[in-house]
Amino acid sequence: MSLKIENLHANIGVREILKGLNLEIPKGQVHAIMGKNGSGKSTLAKVMAGHPDYEVTGGSVSLDGLNLFDMEEPDQRSRAGLFVAFQYPMEIPGVTIANFIRAALQARLPEGEELDAVEYYGELYKKMDALKIDRSFTSRAVNEGFSGGEKKRCEVLQMAMLNPVYAVLDETDSGLDIDALRIVSEGVNAMRSPERGFLVITHYQRLLEYIVPDVVHVMVDGRIVMSGDKTLAHKLEAEGYDWVEKETLTNA
Amino acid sequence: MSTTLMDTTAPATTWPDWFAAQQQAALAEYENSPDPTRKDEAWRFANLKALDLSAFVPAEPVASEGRLINASTGLGDTSAKLILGNNTLLHREASALPAGVIFEPLETAAATHADLFKKYFMAQPVELGSRKFAALHKARVAGGAFLYVPANTSVSLPVEIFQWVEGANASVFPHTLIVCGENSSVTVVDYFKSADKLPAFACGVNDLHLDRGAKLTYIAVQDWSRETTAFHINSTVVDRDATCTALIANFGGAYIRGESLSRLVGEGSRSEMFSINPVEGTREIDQRTLQDHVAPRATSDLLYLNALDDKSRTIFAGLIKVEPGAAGTDAYQKVKNLILSDDADPNSMPGLEILNDEVRCSHGATNGPVSADELFYMEARGIAKDQARRLIVNGFFNNLLERLENETLRAHLETLVAARLAVA
Ligand SMILES: Nc1ncnc2c1ncn2[C@@H]1O[C@H](COP(=O)(O)OP(=O)(O)O)[C@@H](O)[C@H]1O
Ligand SMILES: [Mg+2]
Repeated sequence: MSLKIENLHANIGVREILKGLNLEIPKGQVHAIMGKNGSGKSTLAKVMAGHPDYEVTGGSVSLDGLNLFDMEEPDQRSRAGLFVAFQYPMEIPGVTIANFIRAALQARLPEGEELDAVEYYGELYKKMDALKIDRSFTSRAVNEGFSGGEKKRCEVLQMAMLNPVYAVLDETDSGLDIDALRIVSEGVNAMRSPERGFLVITHYQRLLEYIVPDVVHVMVDGRIVMSGDKTLAHKLEAEGYDWVEKETLTNA
Repeated sequence: MSTTLMDTTAPATTWPDWFAAQQQAALAEYENSPDPTRKDEAWRFANLKALDLSAFVPAEPVASEGRLINASTGLGDTSAKLILGNNTLLHREASALPAGVIFEPLETAAATHADLFKKYFMAQPVELGSRKFAALHKARVAGGAFLYVPANTSVSLPVEIFQWVEGANASVFPHTLIVCGENSSVTVVDYFKSADKLPAFACGVNDLHLDRGAKLTYIAVQDWSRETTAFHINSTVVDRDATCTALIANFGGAYIRGESLSRLVGEGSRSEMFSINPVEGTREIDQRTLQDHVAPRATSDLLYLNALDDKSRTIFAGLIKVEPGAAGTDAYQKVKNLILSDDADPNSMPGLEILNDEVRCSHGATNGPVSADELFYMEARGIAKDQARRLIVNGFFNNLLERLENETLRAHLETLVAARLAVA
């Protein structure tokens, strides 16, 4: 049981961004991807989510053996158990957080079954309290006028409510001060389980102090070029990415 | 085409004689007025075929009185309620109103408060194209609602009015006349509803008068059947330091022609003119507005939201008129069209006529599709495209509802909008 990415190629327009990416996250593990700006990390996250701007030109992604690309619509992938916390979450004016998450949960119920409102709010408040999101946020429009950190916390709240099997967190640490980082990491750690896998994308080692990964991968130019344990993150932090690029060139 | 009703015999009413005489004159005016043509600026882009009224007949007395009364549910807590069906009073609850407030069928008020009626009933000019239909309204008006709030009186809970039409091709002439005395305040929700999914004709007028310092929130929930042809002619007069917030939600109707005139006659007065229009199928909503700034330092703020699906049409023609004496005017006018289909046809004609230099005015119209980013984000959370689109349209309208101060009222309208979009 794993989230398995094989030889993934993807374009934006005519430009190839992902150039044969391989990665496997066994269920129960937390993997991290580190990489310089522009290496294609967010592209990977959005391609998995099914963003219409990207074209997959080769390869596959499977979710416990289920081919992700057989599911054309992003909502099918989400209901199949994939969650992507976006680097830049979109704003939806006029739609409150409460209604948004409620609609997402309702979409997971069989036709004709109604979400129990009391139970729902109970759950929502519990998770908001844990993430130290003020309860008044339930009636605010999704991400509208939120600070960077509030948006990230709101992503983690959605993840906590939707209970995915695999979660991809794209730079969820950016925009967070140290307290918020701790709160968000605790939220993620509380969800770690043998029944769930995480892919944590970041370019700071700092986050990985809080969410300790089982494996760290390095992404360069649309590929995973190196994998190791968490000490790899320290080395990248201390020495930068140049040596990775040199080493992979020599190996190539 | 004939804009003449098939049958113009007068129904049995209880109007006083002096008004019945005026109705005779109004009928003559209606019959002698020319039909609108597309050459009239006020009817530009209009679908004149929709003005064929020859199939409509006078409304019979309501058959399912109990059902309509039971179905007249709105806000949980109200201070008064008037239910009218086919131009006749069906039910009235008014015991919780403060002393001095008059809340009666219009016909009763004409007899018992003739002075007020004469002063305020259809006292404003009809300048936006529908004089002929205003004359028809006057000739046939019956039932109707009259609300008078005396000076320094606050009606704490909203007042609700239900105006029903029942029967195939029935014609109704709803009228709501609201007079707010000095420093009074009241909220009114006016529902226009069909008893069945049948074609019908409605030709309605509402007159809102705000004396100095008064505060009125007026919500019209137009929920006629999707087969109905309707005219709604609205006029608002706002005196010194008074504030009127009027929201017209057009949920129903095959063809709706709305005309809204707001006259700012007192210094420091304020008029908010809002409208919410979800349209689909081949429905058409044609709205003409005038923000007439007579007095100095007044504010008018118009925001109309249209969400157009399928082959629906909207027409918006609005004018801000700043008269020579209206220095320090703040006037805004904005129409936003959310386009949900390539075949939808939005027409926007915002306009300004400014005869004083010291003003702040802005006007504009925007057309845009549902944002692909918003749609993707919702889908990425498991919400299917259709539902996501509906939520986004819902959000588009909720942005306007947020401008209402009363939270209970806002929540009620949010529920109504969501319910309406669920059966789009
Ligand atoms: N919408 C876009 N149009 C064109 N190029 C894009 C677009 N989005 C990303 N790119 C390019 O794709 C590359 C990878 O971007 P991205 O996946 O965001 O990288 P990362 O998340 O690793 O910083 C970058 O060179 C970026 O400029
Ligand atoms: Mg990125």
